[in-house]
Amino acid sequence: MSVAAAPATRSAALGARRWGLWFAVVAFLLALPHVFDSPIALAVMNKMGIAIIFALSYNMMLGQGGMLSFGHAVYFGLGGFIAMHALNRLAGGPWALPVPLLPLVGGLAGLGFGALFGSFSTNRAGTVFAMISLGIVELVASSSLILKGFFGGEEGISGNRTKGLVLWGIRFASDVQVYYLIAFWVVVATGLMYAFSRTPIGRMANAVRDNPERAEFVGYSQRWVRFVSFCAAGFFAGIAGGLFAVNYEILTEEAVGLARSGNVLLMTYIGGIGYFAGPIIGAVIFTFLESMLSDYTPVWLLYLGILFLATVLFVPTGFAGVLMMHEPARRAGRLRRLVLPYLATIAVGLCAAIGVIGLLEMVHFWSAAAVGRTRMHLFWTTVDITSAVPWVVFVALAAGGALALRRVAPRAAAAWNEATYGPEGVGR
Amino acid sequence: MTQALELRDVYKSFGRTEIIRGVNLAMEAGLRHAIIGPNGAGKSTLFNLITGKYPVTRGRIRLKGEDVTHLRPYEVNRRGLSRSFQVTNIFPRLSVFENLRCGVLWSLGYRYSFWHFVNRLRDVQERTEAVLEQIHLTARRDVPAGVLSYAEQRALEIGIALAGNPDVLLLDEPTSGMSRSETEHVVELIRRVSAGKTLVMVEHDMSVVFNLADRIAVLVYGEIIASDTPEKIRSNAAVQEAYLGTAPATA
Repeated sequence: MSVAAAPATRSAALGARRWGLWFAVVAFLLALPHVFDSPIALAVMNKMGIAIIFALSYNMMLGQGGMLSFGHAVYFGLGGFIAMHALNRLAGGPWALPVPLLPLVGGLAGLGFGALFGSFSTNRAGTVFAMISLGIVELVASSSLILKGFFGGEEGISGNRTKGLVLWGIRFASDVQVYYLIAFWVVVATGLMYAFSRTPIGRMANAVRDNPERAEFVGYSQRWVRFVSFCAAGFFAGIAGGLFAVNYEILTEEAVGLARSGNVLLMTYIGGIGYFAGPIIGAVIFTFLESMLSDYTPVWLLYLGILFLATVLFVPTGFAGVLMMHEPARRAGRLRRLVLPYLATIAVGLCAAIGVIGLLEMVHFWSAAAVGRTRMHLFWTTVDITSAVPWVVFVALAAGGALALRRVAPRAAAAWNEATYGPEGVGR
Repeated sequence: MTQALELRDVYKSFGRTEIIRGVNLAMEAGLRHAIIGPNGAGKSTLFNLITGKYPVTRGRIRLKGEDVTHLRPYEVNRRGLSRSFQVTNIFPRLSVFENLRCGVLWSLGYRYSFWHFVNRLRDVQERTEAVLEQIHLTARRDVPAGVLSYAEQRALEIGIALAGNPDVLLLDEPTSGMSRSETEHVVELIRRVSAGKTLVMVEHDMSVVFNLADRIAVLVYGEIIASDTPEKIRSNAAVQEAYLGTAPATA
């Protein structure tokens, strides 16, 4: 009896911890707009919430199901368009929908289009799947200029969320109310997507990702497993699209396009496709940088691209992977030993980054500024790009930082090795 | 006498090359069958035809009396036939436990369910633990399958095939690449898990074959030249000439 009881108490403790985590998340989300209450902060947080659902839905395919899609915005955007039409067409009539349910309309639309496009694209995985997804996104994006009644042409379609059916006096006139609506859907959608990953079909999605052939020899059709994941991913992408419609009250063909599809791939990958929480981290980081960097520099997209490249090259497991890499050291209580070597690495890494950023900004200014203007703001100071001094300084920072990094980074790696495997432990 | 598996006039060609040339074979239920033959005789191809991995060019295959000739691998599996592979074919990133659980889920009727939590399915849990114990990998339960030793992966390979509790179990060279002692382990494992089932295996190691099999079929250049009890196969002149004589038993 005691043998059987031990795992039961362990799983009960794990269950309690998991519920504790969910409660902490809800409390955090409730408190957030009281801490960051500026309109800009609210706008960024709303954007993040939508990105979180979208990225998690994308990872149901990429990370969980092994399907690399270049066209996931199709389900996001179509969900958004249909939610917007539902808001506009039904407003004032007997079938008027309350705004909190509009994301569900988007989700069902995403599910429907997921079933439609998934029916032929999930036949194969790998390159064929990726190419078909690219074809579908081009098809939908180009039809947005043809089906003007539905997509609204170049201006897109807009709506007014306060025209929705009012429940409990909430009109969603303020951004805070929209924030709470998005937060609610973030919790619900995240919970459902996590639950999906624990079901037989969710587990078999992993199996098909790893070895589709073997999955067929234990009774599962790889095609059907991929199809179900695909539809579910479309559903949650549609929910994100519906929230987008509620939040911005306008949708253009950009919502179904290639750029948005690429962005969700970038943020999911940066966060880490191998972990359930990875896309959440990625969506938060990506949205934050996207919103903040664009205020400071016109070449912010370049920096996001560099961040993506660096992730693919140096930490393919993403931010979540880097965090999880330190789990053994944390459990062994040796995390503190990493502080100094890591700080040193970050310091020289920052030097190198400042050098590279300075050079990039000056090059950009040189090519883009009006003729005759030679002075620019850079890192809280003013530099003259015709003088050699800033060029020398930034080249020195970049080169010196890179050289120092080559000396310091191996020490950080060695420290990680020791903290992970112990002083006597053998590194991998 | 019921036939677990029946092949009638089965042909398979790749392009113009005929690999299987009119195989007729009936395998009695509840016995251990071995298919032997020189390299390139078409033994693995025969397995791939039976399990639906390759379509047959001509002929019929029946499983427990039911025609399964043109079914897909998952459809054949759902009718109670499971197989292992000659080259280890597992889910490398999933844990050992999860690998086995993948083999269990369909057979217990959970299919494509998204309304059950796998961790709460007691029957799945128990069946998976039981298979884990049978293949002696309980200690490696939560290790990713990709980092197991070769012998452990071979045991897992058999375990996945076994997990769905099939009536007919096909093992493709279960002892390939193993040391003497590892082979003995696997033979014991196969003997235990195949009790009450129909076992069909392709095997090169003659000591394993004669140790385990109730019936032996000899495949040479895509044709069955003999199919009988081990004693009769040993004394069969055609077999000796075509196979045992030219390639002495490795035992």
